[in-house]
Amino acid sequence: MKSFTYERPGTPAEAAAAMAQRPDAKFIAGGTNLLDLMKLQVEAPSHLVDVNGLGLDAIEETPEGGLRIGALVRNTDLAADDRVRRDYGVLARALLAGATGQLRNQATTAGNLLQRTRCPYFYDTAQACNKRQPGSGCSALDGVSRQLAVIGGSDACIATNPSDMAVAMRVLDATVETVDAGGTGRTIPIAAFHRLPGDEPERDTVLKHDELITAVTLPKPLGGVQVYRKVRDRASYAFALVSVAVVIQPDGTGRVAFGGLAHKPWRVEAAEGELPRGPKATASAALAGAAPTPDNAFKLTLAERTLGAALKQARA
Amino acid sequence: MAGASAPASLAALPGIARAVPGPGDDAPVTARVALTVNGVRREIDLDLRTSLLDAMREHLHLTGSKKGCDHGQCGACTMIVNGRRINGCLTLAVMHQGAEITTIEGLGQPDALHPLQAAFVTHDGYQCGYCTPGQICSGVAVLEEIRAGIPSHATGDLTRPPELSEAEIRERMSGNLCRCGAYSNIVEAMTDYAEQASGSRA
Ligand SMILES: Cc1cc2nc3c(=O)[nH]c(=O)nc-3n(C[C@H](O)[C@H](O)[C@H](O)COP(=O)(O)OP(=O)(O)OC[C@H]3O[C@@H](n4cnc5c(N)ncnc54)[C@H](O)[C@@H]3O)c2cc1C
Ligand code: SF4
Ligand code: FES
Ligand code: FES
Repeated sequence: MKSFTYERPGTPAEAAAAMAQRPDAKFIAGGTNLLDLMKLQVEAPSHLVDVNGLGLDAIEETPEGGLRIGALVRNTDLAADDRVRRDYGVLARALLAGATGQLRNQATTAGNLLQRTRCPYFYDTAQACNKRQPGSGCSALDGVSRQLAVIGGSDACIATNPSDMAVAMRVLDATVETVDAGGTGRTIPIAAFHRLPGDEPERDTVLKHDELITAVTLPKPLGGVQVYRKVRDRASYAFALVSVAVVIQPDGTGRVAFGGLAHKPWRVEAAEGELPRGPKATASAALAGAAPTPDNAFKLTLAERTLGAALKQARA
Repeated sequence: MAGASAPASLAALPGIARAVPGPGDDAPVTARVALTVNGVRREIDLDLRTSLLDAMREHLHLTGSKKGCDHGQCGACTMIVNGRRINGCLTLAVMHQGAEITTIEGLGQPDALHPLQAAFVTHDGYQCGYCTPGQICSGVAVLEEIRAGIPSHATGDLTRPPELSEAEIRERMSGNLCRCGAYSNIVEAMTDYAEQASGSRA
């Protein structure tokens, strides 16, 4: 690990200001993703701004009847919150399907949203990777791509977003609240928060360097039956090959988002009209234009079947 | 504790020893870190890069916590920090100023085993023993998590408190790998300990 300096500011404004002063600084929250990457020198910040002292760890009800989740709320506490368990079951389920008890105790809401890809070449500093080192090439394009994206990729990168939580946040239409060093706040719809790789795969999201996530807000509860279904190589403690988050209403209409398929949680609102017609119609509409590799073409079939199983579970 | 600017707040941190490293400069930056470890207050000067695991093993010579992978993938480094189990390898010691840390040494000693340690002996919950300190720290915390009503992936109905079942124990312990494959005996040891503990609480 490269050497760094460290500070632990007490307010969001100070944290954002500290970042603005240092182009090579990083925020650190739970550290479960950043430290992993720093040990491998995939990330090498020369300054860490510890956000654990900012007091952003409450879950509050909003005037609109939703929930405002502080950026520092731990994944365990979010999944255990009674209101989340009752009204946003898909979010509790997605969190609990991710990582382990130990990691969820440390991992934060903001850190989870910003966790980086698990593409094996991104992790291996001996390999070319445009996301890690812009312009160096993409080893995955003709390498081992079983885990990688089937839709929304580019000639520069076919990585996937590994977060389970983000898939549930997408189906619930969460918004991300931020503040920058100038004191300007933004509210970013989750749909516009994560980027597709395009020709800048090094940018996972639309956040600016000095932009601190302060909270993630959920709109008022959607009701319906909420299911998160994750398919992985072992029964627990593994990233998704494919996952599906659904919210199904009594009349059969609903929402669906997919994980494990793209550089961002994959939701196509226009395809949701097909839900009453079943998984095949819905998946083909949502995944139209997919461009899988021979290694990961199975994900298209798997996505349709996982959606089928989730719908069956929702209607049981 | 923080000032308005980065250098000021840096200076406010107890004992940060060196200025900002320049490009290509990889000299260590150190800080004094105060922790309460197994009930005893300890102060150590650490390179900021030191993980909580390395602080325990290399600096406080508490070698019970093990380093299996150093990347959050095995659970051998599990310790209890402010009442919660975490992976000591994926967190920096300097991020835990003032924290209360319990390692396996704080749970039990050879002449005074923690009841879960004793249950591991009774049920043969290990072979080589490398994963065992992490398993036991994790196991003690898992039973607290179930009692506190924290749900898991194995919980059937999220609106009800989780049950103490084999499926719950297996899912919650999935962050502790055992290369010797002692899993089924670990589940037996935990079930036995949980039953004893709930008996003595009733
Ligand atoms: C072995 C293992 C298995 C895992 N399995 C899963 C899994 O199955 N599913 C899953 O979803 N995840 C999984 N994870 C990933 C885990 O969920 C993430 O590591 C975790 O959520 C990251 O949160 P953190 O708070 O520790 O982030 P950190 O590591 O602290 O930070 C991550 C990034 O977010 C930035 N950041 C943090 N807070 C803020 C803020 N407030 N504002 C702006 N930027 C910020 C940091 O600068 C950094 O770039 C796994 C991790 C490991 C190690
Ligand atoms: S897919 Fe993206 S992350 Fe993976 S090697 Fe290519 S550029 Fe890097
Ligand atoms: S050493 Fe920490 S999880 Fe493996
Ligand atoms: S007893 Fe050997 S690794 Fe678990």
